[in-house]
Amino acid sequence: MFVRTAWLVLRKDFAIEVKSLEVLTTTLFFAISCVLIFAFAFVKNGQAPEDAAAGILWIAIAFSGTLALGRTFERERYSETLRALLLAPAPRPALYVGKLLGMLALLAVAELLLVPLIAFLFQAALFSRPLLLAAILAGGTVGFSAVGTLFAAMLVRARSRDVLLPILLYPITIPVIIGGVRGTAALLASPVDEPGAIMWIGILAAFDVVFVTLSLWTFEPLMTE
Amino acid sequence: MKKAFIPLLSVVAVMFVVAPFLIANAPYESTMGLIQKIFYYHVPSWFAMYLAIGVSGVASAIYLFKGTPIADAYANAGAEVAVVFGLCGLITGPLWGRVAWGVWWQWDVRLTTALLLELIFVAYLMVRRYGGPGAEKLAAATALFGTATAPFVYKSVDIWRTVHPQTSVIPTLKPSMGGPFAFSALAFLLLSTLLLTARVHLAKRQMMVDQLYLAHEDQP
Amino acid sequence: MRVDFTSVQLVDVSRHFGRRRALSHVTLAAASGDILGLLGPNGAGKSTLITILATLSTPTTGEVRYGGQPAARLGPALRIRIGLLAHELHLYPELSARQNLAFFAQLYGLDPRSTVDAALESAGLADRADDAVSGFSRGMRQRLALERALLHHPRLVLFDEPFTGLDDRAVGIVSDRLRALAAGGAIVVLATHDLDLADGLVTRVALVRSGRLVSDEPASTGLRARYRALIGAA
Repeated sequence: MFVRTAWLVLRKDFAIEVKSLEVLTTTLFFAISCVLIFAFAFVKNGQAPEDAAAGILWIAIAFSGTLALGRTFERERYSETLRALLLAPAPRPALYVGKLLGMLALLAVAELLLVPLIAFLFQAALFSRPLLLAAILAGGTVGFSAVGTLFAAMLVRARSRDVLLPILLYPITIPVIIGGVRGTAALLASPVDEPGAIMWIGILAAFDVVFVTLSLWTFEPLMTE
Repeated sequence: MKKAFIPLLSVVAVMFVVAPFLIANAPYESTMGLIQKIFYYHVPSWFAMYLAIGVSGVASAIYLFKGTPIADAYANAGAEVAVVFGLCGLITGPLWGRVAWGVWWQWDVRLTTALLLELIFVAYLMVRRYGGPGAEKLAAATALFGTATAPFVYKSVDIWRTVHPQTSVIPTLKPSMGGPFAFSALAFLLLSTLLLTARVHLAKRQMMVDQLYLAHEDQP
Repeated sequence: MRVDFTSVQLVDVSRHFGRRRALSHVTLAAASGDILGLLGPNGAGKSTLITILATLSTPTTGEVRYGGQPAARLGPALRIRIGLLAHELHLYPELSARQNLAFFAQLYGLDPRSTVDAALESAGLADRADDAVSGFSRGMRQRLALERALLHHPRLVLFDEPFTGLDDRAVGIVSDRLRALAAGGAIVVLATHDLDLADGLVTRVALVRSGRLVSDEPASTGLRARYRALIGAA
């Protein structure tokens, strides 16, 4: 029941998205504009400061992720379908997991675009250790999405929800940003700092475990009025 | 607790009056001179803040899962007191830094963590104010997640900072500094507890007024 | 765990937000075969009662019992016995009628192949099954939403203002459906401010004003007059 419900929610969101690709394309384009804005802000004489590539990557993920979170939950607000979902006989945290997986899929696609783009624009050797990079991206994205999905869901019925989401989300996910940026920077250092990267992957993994668990626990009480 | 409030308040008031004398008589720290004495206010501010954060986090968890209104009152009180003492710490810290090392802010791990926690609990207060009906639960989630993230913030900022050289912020305590420090710490912790209690008392009174309104409406 | 019940009770249920009272000491019961009409002016608390009955909201004080058992003890399996249709309709506009029904059918553990086509027929939308719901008229969406709410043959059927924006024929269809459901053993709770539609349809009448239950009695003739006497006058 739990896994099936999560899968059904994921598939439903996918079916809706596929019809128009609205959230996907706008999120991707926003991510690209983010990268360009920061590039123009930091690049001087054709050179970006050290580690800027790592920072810009994670800023783009965080900002576009926040927008995407707001938009996907806006879909459940229209016609109050979130209520219908909460009425389903499945355990309610399964809905959270379905939404989380959808968010992860969306951000994964965004990252597939962002990583080559940043490597290209900043001559950053992001592909020297692809597995470690993937682990850092995965660890950070899961942490950010776990907290983000919960907060976006709980804010669906709140006033001022658009601005409250970043206000709440960013301070709490600072460890993810630090871990993601420093871990990525460790991979861009010469020579590559593998132990450093692995240490950050560990911290991100711990964060993920704690916050996915906390979100699963608090989802139901937060969703009932 | 009600009966003890006024006496304890007097005790705290006396402690705050006496403290400057104790601090003035405490020995000077070797490198920093007079400015170091701000630490008798700075560090106890953090203690007071963390006490309030702990109360807010635990009360928020209770409120989320049990729904008891008094837990919500403690969560809110804790957040407000945390923001106040956090502000004290965030003002005294840079003042100290500016005089001792010439820079207002150098991303010291404790100050940075405290800044983030301050942001989180200011966000708590904003959610309560602007979130619309049912905002108490949303705020409770903020406090709970905020408290849970504190160790991660500390650890990641710590590692992030050790890449750059840094001067030690907390000097080693000479034995004779221990006395005034403990005194100040006790004064701040006591003040924090009293403020929490007073704020919760106010919230209880507000709940009573609401109950009276509701009871009045109930009459045929 | 199979959950089923033949009666639902609200026992001294109150719901308030600080000083604002949404419901005040409501005690109400309904049983299999009843069509209970929750009538009252806007803002009286009818929607709040429906949300509480649907387990989407918890009362501040008091208890809701399904067949004598409180909701907490029955767990998520209780929800398979509840069907809700509010005026927001709960349909995904980007998806087709068929996709909407199939999704909810599967969410309730039903086999879509056997239930979706029958539901589409019943809604009269078999020829528009694969069109996106965003292109449907209000009446068509209402019929689809009705079928969606009843796909899993719920025991407790909660309707909040189901007649809004419906033409005469559609109103007749919905009313007949409600009667059939009650005859089949369902507990039907209908919240509406449309007295003419409620008249002749409901078997019991609960009048609500400012969160309070003003009267709870079997339906009889002269509903509008009774309503005016108890609510309209003050």
